[in-house]
Amino acid sequence: MKRTFSERLAILSDAAKYDASCASGGTEKRGGKDGKGLGSTERSGICHAFTPDGRCVSLLKILMTNFCIYDCAYCINRISSGTERARFSVEDIVWLTLEFYRRNYIEGLFLSSGIIRSSDYTMEELVRVARVLRLEHGFRGYIHLKTIPDASPELLAEAGLYADRLSINVEMPTEQGLSQYAPEKSAAGIRGAMGHIRQRMEAATEKAPSGRKAPRFAPGGQSTQMIVGADAATDHDILSSSSTLYTGYRLRRVYYSAFSPIPDASAKLPLIRPPLLREHRLYQADWLFRFYGFDFQELTAGRPDGMLDLGMDPKLVWALDHRAMFPVDVNRAEREMLLRIPGIGPRSVGALLSARKHRTLRLEDLERLRISLRKVRPFITTPDWRPVRLTDRVDLKALFAPPPAQLSLL
Amino acid sequence: MWRDHARRLLKHGVPPERVEWRVRSAQDDLFAEGEAVADVAAGAGGTVRRDCLGLLRRILCHTSEDRFALAYRVLWRSLRQPDLLRVATDPDIAAAGYLARQIRRDVHDMKSYVRFREKRSPGSNMRHFLAWYEPEHHILELVAPFFSGRFTDMNWLILTPKGSIAQDDAACVVTREVCVRETVEDETEQLWHTYYRSVFNPARIKLKAMRSEMPRRLWKNLPETDLIPEMLVAAQRRDFVP
Repeated sequence: MKRTFSERLAILSDAAKYDASCASGGTEKRGGKDGKGLGSTERSGICHAFTPDGRCVSLLKILMTNFCIYDCAYCINRISSGTERARFSVEDIVWLTLEFYRRNYIEGLFLSSGIIRSSDYTMEELVRVARVLRLEHGFRGYIHLKTIPDASPELLAEAGLYADRLSINVEMPTEQGLSQYAPEKSAAGIRGAMGHIRQRMEAATEKAPSGRKAPRFAPGGQSTQMIVGADAATDHDILSSSSTLYTGYRLRRVYYSAFSPIPDASAKLPLIRPPLLREHRLYQADWLFRFYGFDFQELTAGRPDGMLDLGMDPKLVWALDHRAMFPVDVNRAEREMLLRIPGIGPRSVGALLSARKHRTLRLEDLERLRISLRKVRPFITTPDWRPVRLTDRVDLKALFAPPPAQLSLL
Repeated sequence: MWRDHARRLLKHGVPPERVEWRVRSAQDDLFAEGEAVADVAAGAGGTVRRDCLGLLRRILCHTSEDRFALAYRVLWRSLRQPDLLRVATDPDIAAAGYLARQIRRDVHDMKSYVRFREKRSPGSNMRHFLAWYEPEHHILELVAPFFSGRFTDMNWLILTPKGSIAQDDAACVVTREVCVRETVEDETEQLWHTYYRSVFNPARIKLKAMRSEMPRRLWKNLPETDLIPEMLVAAQRRDFVP
């Protein structure tokens, strides 16, 4: 019996939810007042809803089909899984995207697919959705396309022409993990495709000597995802991998997805609750790298087992490990050092730097910036405040550690 | 309104501490400032910087009772101390910055959580959509350009207790009159329910994260939040851990 549209939607969005990315920002600003077409993009993206898993719904995130010829152990859509299968046509996806968009449910589309027939065939179908949306319907909203690693360069170029963002998941933090769990995928192939995308992106922003501009190519950049907690990789391994991805491939975002037991799981996999706290600490480390000037190395260097402390955020851990560098004089310290004070973020640092040109900052000034004095006091000095020297306090960790929680019975 | 008063006061050199700003009645809220404040200091000698105008425009949208007094104080002082806005720790600037951030959040929420429903419009060649939304502050003028730049090939109307925004073939119009709630049924909402239910991962529940991003006060007007209790019950029933 043929499934209804709604049943297929349920299958294909359920199959897509293990991809953490739902970002709709970082692309060019578009909008229109000419009464033609539909849609716009904002510089920083918009989340339109949140589900009880705390994740945002910004894009219509679906697979074109969840049929797949691959057998990746962590994936619910692998060929050996007993999950229900369905497929949407290009027209189905275009219609649904536009109807959801008109009701302000979404910023656009994040389209991925299981591999059917061949890489090129699958990629061609994904690109066709983007082409129809852009050219036939004048859709100016956000489009994120999943890239099939060994699809042809022509298809990739066309994908970049219509999409805001492209992504290929590296899946596992290490090559070893990938070959263990995804026998048909090759780490070299994935990285090759990422390098190729990077080159095209850079070409698109440069002017050729002839003055001709290269065609548009995914102005929202590329992103990727790693599954955390399915294999033996440590946080150190994961963050080293991120470091390469950010600096070597100029990725816009690396997503960490706590391995979550999937229905009908492969016997190869650990049966655990998703390590959500570990995922959270990895994201904190990621932010410290992207916005605070930390190196990933610094965050795991002091950790003998290569794992971030689950009980405390990595910035605080770093500060306690480097207590000789504190307290910091809020009126004199450089931006780099201000950013290292636990409890102070980039916005506050900007405000402090500009305010201190005009007046000497005291504790009450920090309070007015809504900085938590309780958090920062041990790490700073102002004319009216000097902490007990941090090195004198042996019980410092206990001072910050969260109160013990009752262990779960189960 | 505020602009006219502020301009007159500046012209006569009346310092902020000698002015008391009062809202006559709740009705006055309807005439809160949304219009341009650009030429507020005309004739007062001295120019108001663009970032200061932006800040004034935001805080005047706020429903706080002392917004008018605060705005005048910031204006008065910034004419005498041009770099005042850089001093984020100044009590007035800190207070203004706090209001401005709340406005930014309110604008952001409205862009996120307005939900259009299609209203059948036989005979028209444009499709018609309707939304009911309850913003916290007087932000309709601030968000109108977002909606009119985005929903370009359809007619739409957003009704709120603080006014309305309407877009038809010709123009986008913002009014300040209190609207009453009007609802229509839209079948496509069923598909949105299906999507919202399916994209949720029951193996990871993070209610605090959800609530901090999607505040409870907004739930009553969102079509999908009614589903949350049953989704949580179903999530508890499926147990992956041996």
